[in-house]
Amino acid sequence: MSSYLIQSQNLSKLFGRRLIFKDINFNWIEKGIFGISGPNGSGKSTLVKIVAGLIASSSGKILHKNSGGEIIPEKLHNHIGFVSPYLVLYEEFSAWENLKIFAQIRGVTFNEERILFYLKQFLLDTRKDDLVKTYSSGMKQRLKFIFALMHSPEVLIFDEPTSNLDEEGKKVVYDIIREEGKSRIVVIASNEMKDLELCNEVLLLEKFK
Amino acid sequence: MIAESYSLFKKDFHSELRTRYAINSLAMFIIVAISVILFSIGNETITESLTAGLFWVVIFFTAMSGLSRAFVSEEERGTTLTLQLIASPTTVFSGKLIFNLILVFCMNLVIALLYSALFERFVVQNFALFVLTFVLGNIGLAVASTIMAAIIAKAGAKGTLYPVLSFPILLPLILTCVQLTLFSVDGTSFEESKFELAIVVGYDVIMMTASYMLFDFIWKD
Repeated sequence: MSSYLIQSQNLSKLFGRRLIFKDINFNWIEKGIFGISGPNGSGKSTLVKIVAGLIASSSGKILHKNSGGEIIPEKLHNHIGFVSPYLVLYEEFSAWENLKIFAQIRGVTFNEERILFYLKQFLLDTRKDDLVKTYSSGMKQRLKFIFALMHSPEVLIFDEPTSNLDEEGKKVVYDIIREEGKSRIVVIASNEMKDLELCNEVLLLEKFK
Repeated sequence: MIAESYSLFKKDFHSELRTRYAINSLAMFIIVAISVILFSIGNETITESLTAGLFWVVIFFTAMSGLSRAFVSEEERGTTLTLQLIASPTTVFSGKLIFNLILVFCMNLVIALLYSALFERFVVQNFALFVLTFVLGNIGLAVASTIMAAIIAKAGAKGTLYPVLSFPILLPLILTCVQLTLFSVDGTSFEESKFELAIVVGYDVIMMTASYMLFDFIWKD
């Protein structure tokens, strides 16, 4: 894995006149599990969306650097894997079709072996050809992890990673987080103590009001 | 980037085949609009200019009933975020544009064929001019409809907002295309239609350039 850096410089976000957080500074380098915590409405999802380049900050900035060079916003999606309860996959397609479509649109090779491995790991291999609309919310959440991992991104962002998951699903996710944290940057936004216990560092958002 | 845009188009095409999000509403609108015009004309003989005008009226309203789906369907299903995570803004716009271009060409081909069969005064004298107008007009319509769809997708009253916002943007194109269609029906030569053709080409180029430049800002919150 190359040396990847996410640097936050005085990051602030306002929705209208309401301040969500201000002056957040951090450096997440190469690998590790980094947590974001705070009460409901403290801006956890907003912060991870800014880190993923999905929304803009009100002031300050987030820099993504790979081997010293800054990644341009146009290319940032290739370096990010994202999971959240509000992420929706295409329900009119099967899990297999969804993953194939994502690989084609991303312009990466659809590695069938790797996808089958993940499908097995997330206990979805027997349902891979079923339409996503027939999946339970837990199965959809597990599929989102394959969506995030399939292109081997340098950064994995998990917003409430264990929501909708049963104990078995949570165990698989924790194993994945521990394993991936050894070689890349894993960001977890959560209030769950068990999720945060995995982290090397935790950013408490109530300190940035 | 072209391969990725084509993959996005393919995704939309297969999705459309399964959900019939746009095709059904477009087909129904074409049938209803042409039937209403035919019933209201009755046995009257309408002028060539009115025929050319009505032709583009049907095209405009049919486009307004279906072309917003490219982005509205993503927003309504909640898949916009997914798309933002897998493709660059340029890829997304190109993919959606290819889908709308093909949809506009198919839709307008059906309208033109029905028009030729049902309206006796709609006899094209300068066929090459008609084809050129048809092609350039469709490109302009598809580009403008796609960028307007991206703008209104995040708004509340999408159905109302789309034709209201698109009308002033499409007016120069529609007016010029009506004039060029009239020229092709009454047999005006290419030489005499140069000015109107230049307007449509200019419109297409400006809309295309402005759309690609603006889409980045529209796509990201």
